[in-house]
Amino acid sequence: MKISTIIDLLHARVLCGEDKLDGVVNSACGCDMMSDVLAFVKEQAVLLTGLCNPQVVRTAVMMDMRCIVFVRGKLPPEDVITLAKEAGLVVLATDERMYTACGKLYINGLAGGEVGNE
Amino acid sequence: MSERVNFHFEIDGENFTSAGEASVRIKKHLRDMGFSPDTIRRVSVAMYEGEINMVIHANGGSADVDVYVDRIEITLADKGPGISNIELAMQEGYSTAPDNIRSLGFGAGMGLPNMKRYTDNMKIESEVGKGTTIYMTVNV
Ligand SMILES: Nc1ncnc2c1ncn2[C@@H]1O[C@H](COP(=O)(O)OP(=O)(O)O)[C@@H](O)[C@H]1O
Ligand SMILES: [Mg+2]
Repeated sequence: MKISTIIDLLHARVLCGEDKLDGVVNSACGCDMMSDVLAFVKEQAVLLTGLCNPQVVRTAVMMDMRCIVFVRGKLPPEDVITLAKEAGLVVLATDERMYTACGKLYINGLAGGEVGNE
Repeated sequence: MSERVNFHFEIDGENFTSAGEASVRIKKHLRDMGFSPDTIRRVSVAMYEGEINMVIHANGGSADVDVYVDRIEITLADKGPGISNIELAMQEGYSTAPDNIRSLGFGAGMGLPNMKRYTDNMKIESEVGKGTTIYMTVNV
């Protein structure tokens, strides 16, 4: 799914990464516990979360994710957006709640991922 | 790369905002050195969990990453409270993290299991009241 499609489906605002909206994501992870995200294996994923701290960005970087969506109308502080910009991530914000945001992406064809276990 | 390249970091235990910075830096170094995305992810995620643990459980510590031709070794050392029951701490979901840490997105009790999952070898040495040292190896 293209990131621009996510923006349409979630009526999201773009907080950074305007030049990368043609990028494609293949899976999604909706989560507020960062270790659960870190147990997740898919590449080219999008992270949906209600948390707004720098560790959200660092977690996405660790997992080579492409895009972060802040749900429930949350806006991260400026330094968090700066970190994401430096990392080349697209950051979006939507008023949808976590459940609804994930559901909308899922029914439109964006799958979940698996938990890694080698 | 002749033999060994060492990266050393002091992890600030007072400042949660910076927790994870060293792991982001290692990720960049390993990328510059040409390692595969899979190797880089395994090293940096394992180190990230360990770095966060040192901040939330041990008031900081130090991290060393030693890069060899065939393997990458990560050593995390702290002078925190130590881990009294390592077997219990290794169980998925076991956590002594307080609620304020959980509201920051950590404390799900998945850190040590993730570190084990992403590395080829992991050893914990810990003494209550003295501190903890964790050795991890990722084969290249
Ligand atoms: N460096 C450390 N120093 C002291 N205790 C630790 C350290 N790392 C982990 N622990 C203990 O092991 C438990 C499990 O760690 P972990 O699996 O990372 O879960 P979490 O960090 O979410 O609590 C922690 O809750 C803590 O009690
Ligand atoms: Mg942990």
